Order: sequence, then C-alpha cells, then structure tokens
Amino acid sequence: MKQNYSIFTLVRNALNYHQDWQEAWRSPAPKPEYDVIVIGGGGHGLATAYYLAKEHGITNVAVLEKGWLGGGNTGRNTTIVRSNYLWDESAHLYEHSLKLFEGLTQDLNYNVMFSQRGLMNLAHTQHDMQALRRRVYAIQLNGIDSEILTPEQIKEMVPILDCSATARYPIMGASLQRRGGVARHDAVAWGFARKADERGVDILQNTEVTGFRIENGVVKGVETTRGPIGAKKVGIVVAGHSGVLAGMAGFRLPVESHPLQALVSEPIKPILNTVVMSPQVHVYVSQSDKGELVLGAGIDAYTSYAQVGSPFIIENQLNALTDLFPCFGRLRMLRQWGGIVDTCPDASPIIGKTPVENLFINCGWGTGGFKATPGSGNVFAHTIARGEPHPLAVPFALDRFTSGYLIDEHGAAGVAH
Amino acid sequence: MLLISCPYCGPRDEHEFSYGHEAHIARPTLEQQQTMSDAEWADYLFMRKNPKGVHFERWVHSRGCRQWFNVARHTVTHEIIKVYPMGEPAPNLEQK
Ligand SMILES: Cc1cc2nc3c(=O)[nH]c(=O)nc-3n(C[C@H](O)[C@H](O)[C@H](O)COP(=O)(O)OP(=O)(O)OC[C@H]3O[C@@H](n4cnc5c(N)ncnc54)[C@H](O)[C@@H]3O)c2cc1C
Ligand SMILES: [Zn+2]
Repeated sequence: MKQNYSIFTLVRNALNYHQDWQEAWRSPAPKPEYDVIVIGGGGHGLATAYYLAKEHGITNVAVLEKGWLGGGNTGRNTTIVRSNYLWDESAHLYEHSLKLFEGLTQDLNYNVMFSQRGLMNLAHTQHDMQALRRRVYAIQLNGIDSEILTPEQIKEMVPILDCSATARYPIMGASLQRRGGVARHDAVAWGFARKADERGVDILQNTEVTGFRIENGVVKGVETTRGPIGAKKVGIVVAGHSGVLAGMAGFRLPVESHPLQALVSEPIKPILNTVVMSPQVHVYVSQSDKGELVLGAGIDAYTSYAQVGSPFIIENQLNALTDLFPCFGRLRMLRQWGGIVDTCPDASPIIGKTPVENLFINCGWGTGGFKATPGSGNVFAHTIARGEPHPLAVPFALDRFTSGYLIDEHGAAGVAH
Repeated sequence: MLLISCPYCGPRDEHEFSYGHEAHIARPTLEQQQTMSDAEWADYLFMRKNPKGVHFERWVHSRGCRQWFNVARHTVTHEIIKVYPMGEPAPNLEQK
C-alpha cells in the first residue's frame, strides 16, 4: 500500500530527517508478457497507463521509457494549460483535459501545482481583433469560459505591458480564459507514475523499444534493449519519435519532428500574475513560482531530432518580449533548451488505430500537448481497452488524412501551445 | 544555426533561407490522378519519411537569389552532407 502524501506524513518524515520516504514507484524486471505495453514514459504514456488501470481494470501493463520519466517534451515544455480552441472537436477534447486538470492534484494525491491564473491572448491589429472575436464567440458557444478584454482592462491586469498608443505593437484587445494557467510538468509525470505503479503498472526506465514483433499484421510484442517483451496490445506515445516507431512497424505518418525551444530568465520578484501570449508578435510568457520568466515561441523550420535549435529563433522572441514589456529589457536569461515536437499538417493530434492490428498510436500533439496530458491519456486508455475510439477521440483518427476531415487548428487556436 | 551553401551564392546564414521540407515527392501525373484512390492521395499529400538520420530536403534562398535546391542533411547532427540541384535524384551516400 502506498503511503498517502499529506501534511502529517510531511511532518513525520521531517522529524526522521526524510530518511523513511517510500519509493514513489518500483523498478521491477520486465515480465515476459503484458496485456498492454505503452511505449513512452512521458506524461501522455504514464496517464494512459494510469487510466487503463483505474478506469478499465487493466493492470498487467508496462510503460517502456528509453531514458527517464518526463525527460522528453513533458519535462521541457512551458506548461501552459488552456482549452480555448476554435473547432468543436478540439474544444471538447482540450476541455475534457482541463476539467481533469482541475481535479488532478486530489485524484493523484500529488501536488501538480495547477495554477488557474488566467491566460491572455493579445490582438495587435484590426484583423487580430476580428479573428479573436470569432474565436471567443465559438468558444463560448461550446460552453467554455472566454471573454474579451479592452486595452483599459488589460492595462489594469498587467500594468507592465506597453499599452501606449506609440507602442511598436499596439494592443487593441485580448481574449482571456480565466480557467487557463500553468502546472508543474514533472509533477504531472511523477504523479501519474506513482499512482499507476500503485495499481500494479510496471514502469521500466532505460528500456528502449528497437522493433516490433508483428505476425500476420497483428502486433505480438516489442524488441527492446532489455530483450523481447510480449504484449496483447501496444500503444505508441513517443511524441517526437513517432515517425521512428511507425517506421519500425512498417507505416508512415503525416508527422514531422521539429525543434521547439524555450528559455527562462533569472528569478525576480513577482511581477506577472497571468500568462500572456501574443500570436502575432510571437512570444508567450509566464512567471514561475521560483520567480523566473518562462518564455517560448515557435518551432525551428527544419526537421530535427537533436533537441537544439537555432539561436536567431530565441533572438526573435526576445525582441518581441521587450517590445511588449519594455521593463524586461535588462533581464538576463538563465537557461535555454529544446525539445522535439511532432507536428501534424492540421496542428491536431492523432489518436487511435494504426494499420497494424492491436497497435495504437497517440501523437501529433506538437507544440501544445502538455495541457492535454490527462485528457489524452484518458481517451487513449479507453481506445486501447475497448479497441474502439473514445467518442472524443473519433475525429482524431489517422484516417482523417484519407477522408479529408482535417481539424485545422493552425492560427485557429490563437498560437501554438 | 545552419550555414547553408547556396549553389549560386555560396555559404550563407540560415536566416536567408526558407525550408521546403521533404524532397523527391513527385506530383502525380494527370493520368495517374484519374485512377488514384483517397489513400494514395493521402500518401502523396501528407505522409512523410521524417527520418532520424539523413534527410533529403528542399531549401530556397528566399532572401537572396530566390533559387530552390536540394540538401542532404543529418537530422541529429545537423551536418549538411550534400547540396545538389532540383531535379537530380537523391545521391547515394554510401558511395561517398
Ligand atoms: C519547448 C516546448 C514548449 C512547450 N510548451 C507547451 C505549453 O506551454 N503547453 C502545452 O500544452 N504544450 C507545450 N509543449 C508541448 C508538450 O510538451 C508536448 O506536446 C507533450 O509534453 C507531449 O507529451 P508526451 O508524453 O506525448 O511526450 P514526451 O514527454 O516527449 O514523451 C515521449 C517519451 O517517449 C520516449 N521514447 C521515444 N522513443 C522511444 C523508444 N524507442 N522506446 C522507449 N521510449 C521512447 C522519450 O524518451 C520520451 O520520454 C511544449 C513543448 C516544447 C518542446
Ligand atoms: Zn542564392
């Protein structure tokens, strides 16, 4: 039985100099066979395993991770959570996830530090304003909170934004989702891992999948760096490496892998209490609890698996930042890194079956899948367990690229992430 | 940052170029189009190799001479292995 985390266990362990904490999850040897193997120990893979065990009673499950938990995009993202998407299909999927986020700390007994501090999308031109209004009304029709702010209201909420008439990028208005915000990325991965483990899921780190065992078009297991492991069903949840795994199984995806970079500043006193995004000037910023500004923008144009990008991309977003917030002009940047994101032609994810029987895939979240972590795992677990897509996942099947039913969230969502 | 050798202008900063994604995807001929299935169209329009390794791709010197050309580039090291003209088949790099 897992020890519950609470103020009392914290005090008790403090008195013992923190010597007696239980391990958060086991590191068992792989079994010869599992009912379900989930490839990829990022947030989405771990959430998938958790909901398989919790909601479908499937506990003979392994999560195979080639490195360490959350070492991919989960631990590299700028943690923005929101559900203000234009199209109905996406709005429902991301709202499902946002609702799960709202109860996640309690559900997992793990503080994921979900902070609904609001999320603002700036408009700088007449056309921005028109698109913004359309988006806000569509979002409201889906029953999701979204409102339009005037420049005066923006100035009141974020006094350090340059809202003057002479600003390089005049601010004409903004949309606001008050229920949006940020969460602690590692905690999301660790919380899911701990609770999945409690229900019997084997979490196998340093276990890289190198191939599939496929007989007569049906998947039977995987080859790994720790030997072959059998499985009745397999789910691929490897983000930037989706094309590599699809290649091993003999099919192609409409996915390209690109670097996406982020950076944080030196820590400063609290100055920004919401998330501000500018799709046009292309930067977004929030302030972490440690006081660092967390900054991101767009992908590098070329495909890559290197987890680094070109410096001029960062220069562009810092130019944008200092135009919007002149007072950040003399801040120093502390760290910068990149992740490999799996971009889809319509900027929407792929969730569902593959051409190989009993092999499922969940990918294409690109620059914006952290917010979807619980929802994605939830609908993917259903899809694997039942062998049929969860109702919210139906529109996101791979076959939409054949039918032409694309869900174009480029721009529609305001900005990537 | 990539240093890309435009075949017409010489080595220039990545800034000056735009990316044209995977090379050697031939548009179906009018004749092929008459009989192509939706799956074949999807394959042509959307499916990509996206390799971890050598990638054959197109670039255009958009802020220079505005010419297109092909590049063989490694997607892990970012090394540019070869620059070659549009229309030429992908080089066989084993022979290099
Ligand atoms: C810089 C940056 C900023 C971002 N900002 C945001 C944001 O603000 N909001 C938002 O919603 N989203 C954001 N995203 C996107 C978000 O991070 C991802 O969509 C999401 O985290 C994907 O989660 P995942 O679990 O699918 O992938 P990952 O966390 O990447 O997990 C995939 C795992 O698969 C493993 N793997 C790969 N190949 C194999 C193999 N052969 N065998 C075993 N394991 C393998 C990898 O090691 C990795 O751990 C950002 C991404 C980046 C890079
Ligand atoms: Zn040139």
